[in-house]
Amino acid sequence: MKHFIDVSVVLRQTGSGQYSNLVTRSTGAAVRQEIELAVAALPERTLTIIDFSSVGMMDFSCADEVVGKLLNDIRRGPEPREVYIAVSGVGDSHLEAIETVLECYGLAVVVEDAHGPWRVVGPLDDDSRRACNAVNRRGRACAADIAPELGESADLTDRTLNTLWERRLVMRDANGYLALQMAL
Amino acid sequence: MTTVITVPPSLDDETFEQVFDQLAPVPADEKVLIDARHTRWSSPFGLTALLTVGQSREVRADFTGPEAEDTASYWQRAGFYRHAEELFELHGHVPRARNLSGESNVLLEITPVEKSDDVHGVVERIQTKAQVILVNELNLDAQTTMRFAMTLSEACQNIVEHAEARGWVAVQTYTWRQRLGRRVVVIAVCDAGIGFRRSLEMAQGRKRIDRWDDGVALEDAVVRGVSRFHDPGRGQGLAGVQRFVAKWDGKLSIRSGTARIAIVPPWDTDTPLLRHLPPFPGAQLQITIPERVVSR
Repeated sequence: MKHFIDVSVVLRQTGSGQYSNLVTRSTGAAVRQEIELAVAALPERTLTIIDFSSVGMMDFSCADEVVGKLLNDIRRGPEPREVYIAVSGVGDSHLEAIETVLECYGLAVVVEDAHGPWRVVGPLDDDSRRACNAVNRRGRACAADIAPELGESADLTDRTLNTLWERRLVMRDANGYLALQMAL
Repeated sequence: MTTVITVPPSLDDETFEQVFDQLAPVPADEKVLIDARHTRWSSPFGLTALLTVGQSREVRADFTGPEAEDTASYWQRAGFYRHAEELFELHGHVPRARNLSGESNVLLEITPVEKSDDVHGVVERIQTKAQVILVNELNLDAQTTMRFAMTLSEACQNIVEHAEARGWVAVQTYTWRQRLGRRVVVIAVCDAGIGFRRSLEMAQGRKRIDRWDDGVALEDAVVRGVSRFHDPGRGQGLAGVQRFVAKWDGKLSIRSGTARIAIVPPWDTDTPLLRHLPPFPGAQLQITIPERVVSR
């Protein structure tokens, strides 16, 4: 299941409706809390796409709240759930702020690209990044499919893919691993 | 008794030290007269820092503005008198308020910053004008406008998050003939709040160190990215400001308490860290981005 959140709509709901930019920590915190409430109400295995395309500018403080803290709370909270988050509609300046805060938390996130396979941003070791990109290109893969491409054993590749699943950067089912892009 | 504080003829972040120096021995509950009659020019730092002088006084200070008509008129158009009349007893000639819309070098007139909404307002107002000036006059690329607005937002948020007092921001462009010979855009953000040292002292579980002063506090915040809050994402605002400044060969300086730290580009000869300056409350920040020289 996919759930779409337009950040500009959430921004309006938080009482900052007259503004098009996502700035200040208090604004970011208010937006994050609204998104957390929405995500909490969704069933397991839901992909939530957080869309920034109608947001003009996002500063570091807001990126910290809306992306960094949000992902940290969801992925490392007291009750971990199988919920997936991707971001979309991000420009270069959004990306700079997002990558900076992800670095602080040691977290990565999948970014929707309108023109090709989705990609992962944030700190990730080379093997994991290549494995994630391989799954994103194929849409669906198991360890044996991409182990030759990575030049690793199937066992090691499976461990890498499993770690990506634990970090909610790919999905997993009985047949292997799926790109978030493939979520229905 | 009223102590006269003489404002230098040319007022910027360096010459403002003369004002701080004169103010330092005068208790906050004693009357001062800020005498700017002979001042002919001021940077946005000078204007916003003058407001913080008014803010820092327990007894309402007197203020006499520039006698030169063009200087006084410019200060009026930059929004100085509108805020000054709330802080000072104004004496002498106060020019009439005029519309600022024709003032091309003022990207943002002096604007108070106290709460989150003020930062939203600042960012919304500056974007259109910044696009034109940064790209057409300073030869920076179009992407810079967003980063510039991010930088401005983070600089202003230092007041909202840490100052515990109102501050002011102003953004102007001008030609910096003496030091650089190029146009620059300057952001000044000044407050007379609690300053970096006291803000960091509020951090829970902070370890006490022997050598702790305003200089160390500034080094912690600016160089080491320390924040009074312990969340992993804190401290990124000033780090982002520094990245922007470094990318465009700019300069960042922050004065707080008795110290001043500067990220100094090759074109400047400022001292990276000054200690034992005359004390002044709050934080006074300046960002200078020079025109990019385009080879033809």
